[in-house]
Amino acid sequence: CSNWRNYEAELQRCRPEAAPVEFGDYHPLKPIMVTDTKSRRGARKGSTSSSSSSSSSAPADPLSSMLDGTDPLSMFAAASVSEAPAMTHSREKEEEVVGPDFEPWSSKRGEILARFTTTEKLSINLFMGSDKGKTCGCILDLPVCMCVQGSQRELLNLSQQDYANRIEELNQSLKEAWASDQKVKALKIVIQCSKLLSDTSVIQFYPSKFVLITDILDTFGRLVYDRIWTMCSDPRPLPDSFTVDDVNDTAKETCLNWFFKIASIRELLPRLYVEAAILKCNRFLNKTGIQETLPRLTAMIRGIGDPLVAAYTRAYLCRVGMEVAPHLKDSLNRNFFDLLGTFRQVSGESVQNQLVQQRVEVPEYLTLYSPAINWILQCIAYRAPEPLLTEMMERCKKLGNNALLLNSVMRAFRPEFVAARATDFIGMIKDCDEAGFPKHLLFGSLGRSLACADPPESERLTILNEAWKVVTKVRSPQVEYRCYDYICDHTFYYVSITFIHLSFISRSQKREVNTVLADIIKHMTPDRAFEDAYPQLQSVIRKILTYFQDFSVLFSMERFLPFLDMFQKDSVRVEVCRSIMEVFIKHQVELTRDPVILNAMLHICKTMHDSVNALTLEDEKRSLALLIIGFIRMVSFGRDFEQQLSFCVEARATFCNLEPVLVQLIHTVNQLAMETCRVMRGSHSRKTAAFVRACAAYSFITIPSLSSIFSRLSLYLLSGQVALANQCLSQADAFLKAAVGILPDVPRSISVEGKLRSSESFLLDFINNFLATLLVVPDHPEHGVLYLVRGLLNMVQDYTWEDNSDAKVRVYVSALPLLAAMSQETYLYSIPKVDSNETLYGGDPKFLSEINKLCETLIGQILDNLKALGRDESTRRQGALAFSLFGVLLAHGDLRNNKLSQLAVNLWNLCHKHGYCETGISVRTLEYIKHQAQQHDMTHLTDTVQRLALQSRT
Amino acid sequence: MSVTLDIRLKRANKVYHEGEVVAGVILLVCKEALQHHGISLSMEGLVNLQLSSKSVGVFEAFYNSVKPIQLISSNIEVAKAGKVPAGKTEIPFEFPLITKGNKVLYETYHGVFVNIQYTLRCDMKRSLLAKDLSRNCEFIVHCQPQKAKVVPTPVNFTITPDTLQNIRERSSLPKFLIRGHLDATNCVISQPLTGEVVVENSDVAIKSIELQLVRVETCGCAEGYARDATEIQNIQIAEGDVCHGLAIPIYMVFPRLFTCPTLETTNFKVEFEVNIVIVLHDDHLITENFPLKLCRV
Repeated sequence: CSNWRNYEAELQRCRPEAAPVEFGDYHPLKPIMVTDTKSRRGARKGSTSSSSSSSSSAPADPLSSMLDGTDPLSMFAAASVSEAPAMTHSREKEEEVVGPDFEPWSSKRGEILARFTTTEKLSINLFMGSDKGKTCGCILDLPVCMCVQGSQRELLNLSQQDYANRIEELNQSLKEAWASDQKVKALKIVIQCSKLLSDTSVIQFYPSKFVLITDILDTFGRLVYDRIWTMCSDPRPLPDSFTVDDVNDTAKETCLNWFFKIASIRELLPRLYVEAAILKCNRFLNKTGIQETLPRLTAMIRGIGDPLVAAYTRAYLCRVGMEVAPHLKDSLNRNFFDLLGTFRQVSGESVQNQLVQQRVEVPEYLTLYSPAINWILQCIAYRAPEPLLTEMMERCKKLGNNALLLNSVMRAFRPEFVAARATDFIGMIKDCDEAGFPKHLLFGSLGRSLACADPPESERLTILNEAWKVVTKVRSPQVEYRCYDYICDHTFYYVSITFIHLSFISRSQKREVNTVLADIIKHMTPDRAFEDAYPQLQSVIRKILTYFQDFSVLFSMERFLPFLDMFQKDSVRVEVCRSIMEVFIKHQVELTRDPVILNAMLHICKTMHDSVNALTLEDEKRSLALLIIGFIRMVSFGRDFEQQLSFCVEARATFCNLEPVLVQLIHTVNQLAMETCRVMRGSHSRKTAAFVRACAAYSFITIPSLSSIFSRLSLYLLSGQVALANQCLSQADAFLKAAVGILPDVPRSISVEGKLRSSESFLLDFINNFLATLLVVPDHPEHGVLYLVRGLLNMVQDYTWEDNSDAKVRVYVSALPLLAAMSQETYLYSIPKVDSNETLYGGDPKFLSEINKLCETLIGQILDNLKALGRDESTRRQGALAFSLFGVLLAHGDLRNNKLSQLAVNLWNLCHKHGYCETGISVRTLEYIKHQAQQHDMTHLTDTVQRLALQSRT
Repeated sequence: MSVTLDIRLKRANKVYHEGEVVAGVILLVCKEALQHHGISLSMEGLVNLQLSSKSVGVFEAFYNSVKPIQLISSNIEVAKAGKVPAGKTEIPFEFPLITKGNKVLYETYHGVFVNIQYTLRCDMKRSLLAKDLSRNCEFIVHCQPQKAKVVPTPVNFTITPDTLQNIRERSSLPKFLIRGHLDATNCVISQPLTGEVVVENSDVAIKSIELQLVRVETCGCAEGYARDATEIQNIQIAEGDVCHGLAIPIYMVFPRLFTCPTLETTNFKVEFEVNIVIVLHDDHLITENFPLKLCRV
């Protein structure tokens, strides 16, 4: 079944007439422009109504053209927007005041709870008046009357966790009491809770206690507000922006009642807290209620003697104030000024006595203030005008540069503000009283701001030098860190970050950063202090990475790698390496051969690679492998191919556990071989020939270590092709033979993305690919004719295919075109400088008859199979198979041969016998044959075509 | 068979003035129709006086409590004997709040020895077998606003060991200086008592500063009169060792019902005072007393 084909002519014939394609406006892939008009009104919870409308700008879009560009949804949205302002006017005004950029309390909560802890035993002293207690001559119906003889419970010896649980229980019982309409009990719970805030007996825990208890107060405030709200919701719910006139009398009376009750609470602290908690309810009573109450409560706080308790009460008031009436800035400021006014109390006798009693150091005590002061300052500084901040700063200055205040100011104010005055601040820090508050903490805070905003250009160097002096004085961590265990967390880190940042912006980066790193190493190494500071050290690395994207500079800092060595915990170490690699891959644009980079990166990659063990997750492995591959791809030694190869050898040894890396290495080496070939313009010298053989050898010994059979197969094939291209015939032979050799090992099913799937389609693809390559592979002189083709077919024959699968026959069918192509005088394609069989055999009849014999065997096999399929009643498969064989015969067979053309006709009939053929395809096939028959040497097809009957469905 | 009888006033705050109309509904809820012998509603305003056991002997106090003074009284029949249908029945009513003769409606006041109370009482008479039902409902009377304008007169005070009276050993007293002022002692009852107190200095730490609201009730009777001062409420305005030299606000809301405009009649008097109580850490108690005159505007 062979003929002499003229590929050129066929190609010419196959070329369609050049029909100019007009590129109109329409393209299915042209992006449809979606304009998103969002009318967002702030991000206040519950009241966000955003609508989006999309209109397509593609003129072809029927939807938009029909609707004149405005879709009904956006029309509605537009309408509602125009309606809205009247309704939501006041709300919008509010939202202007607090935006999403205000860091909410909720984000501070956790931090405070985690930071202020204690191992001391705590106690809760609850004095719950019993409901039917004896009343004395005072207010009868006021349940709050505290002269009720009630049960007094004192819970002693609670651990911190117990304490938190107890408070949570109280929170629950508050909700329950409220739900079961026991308002009085609810109020009692709240009062008792807020009373706990006057107890400073375990002072280290106070900030956390504040957090826990104000949660309850918030709950209470919400409950009261919601209840009064629902009282007004008949017949329809109040709008968000309701006024006093919308509130009915019953609701007002209830609300008033709450305020009268609270006003008669005996103790100051509960009265303040509870009234602050329901501050929002003033909206039901009168317009000016909130703005009158806030200053009053602010002033009342002056009555609290304990400065810490007072500071936290102020923080709570500011918190409620920011939530309810953020536009009332005055009372925020007032609160701060009062705080400043009473600040001298901190060093007063009562406080000192208390500290002595509780054995708390002054610095530790002072840090207890920071959450409260930070919060108040944050509220004040939020969108505050510059002059106000300046005033605040001046006021702090007047107070003798109190370190604690200074610290809070630097933390709360906008980084730009602080950065712009960095020199001032440094001056203030220097003037600060060292006692009580460690200076490096102040530098830490300053650093925090400077890390976000740049100080003026001219001052940078001075700042750097000044700050450096202080930091070098920070003693070794054993002294500092053990002592301020709880504050160390951010400090050193921020200080370091600052210097890295400063050095960078002062353009003297490398040397300074190196010094900083050296210093950190010096500080952290003794006593393995670094073990406690991994997160901070990691941030330092991150910071450095954001600045140093030039890795040659980075790695030339001699302290960088020793710094990396401080990460001794495996997980952290890998994490750090990973982040470095990510930056490298992202920012390293040029290929590199810099030995500094290579060494360091190899070290880093090796660290990552060595972290892989039996327990490593697949995903983890994959991502590590990706990073390493990224690195390998960046390495190039230019024309120094041998160096590159030896790098690959080294990399293979280093990364032997990560298969994807090995695959990449093989590809790199193959590419290297091809690159050599390109450089030598196809003809290798003795030296380069040896080199490419070395490359082939590299691949050949690397491939077997891969576990994935399909990567092995495809790499064998690919490497074989590369070897052929480089005229390494015996190497190519070995690759292809190896591929054939492992074919029987291909499992019937493989797992693809976690799912078990049949390997058959992959295998068929591979074999087809392989067959296509075999066309150009010259036969080995010592083996028989078509040694590889026969070998492959034998393997296919012996392979245990899936039951009920035609895969084997399909391979046979696809082997026929190969054989047909092999029998041509000139081959369809060839490899430069490699003689294929066409030249080797020169159309030797013996060779051709070998091919013919093989074809006959194959066709025989296929026909047997077709017969078997007919028996099994699987006629659909039979039809499909017959049709594909018909196709092959038509395309590659010489139909002048009567036997063959008879076979074709039979096949045609066979596949139409059961009507499984698609008529469309049949018609097109017939047309093709007719078209072919018009070619001058193809007239024999006319006969055939007449014998091919198109079976109509009827 | 359950039946509930209730009086619902129209005004949510139940506050009425002389000359106004007390309006509301009697609410009857029963599961099945209810037979009754008539429903009546009465309104009464009474001043109850009681002599304290301090002023007179216990027995006398018990028996000789002064006769109540009736301020207003009226009675109407809401429904004649008949049946109330099952379900919810509302019977509206109105009482004009007008006194007879030259009697004055004093403001509602709940005290210890003097009580001024206005009540509505609804009675439903029923057959012999079933109990009569009755229901009381207090409503609140506010007296007519005072015509004359209240001019606040601030009162300044200074407390030092030397200004104190009633001390046993002046020598053992620590040194202190407390200054302050009340914005007014003639106060409008609906507005808080305000002022400021400043601890200028004190040798001993302050433990607490409190405002004690005191009522002074005087009952006149045949044998003379009894005058008693009792605490209404005690409000803490400072806790702990407060910052010296810083003004601490004095702020107290007058509780409803338990205060009324200062009242002086032939039979009884109700007056108010406020004490500023300073408790020192060594439990010394310093009190400064200010008589108040409350009024309604």
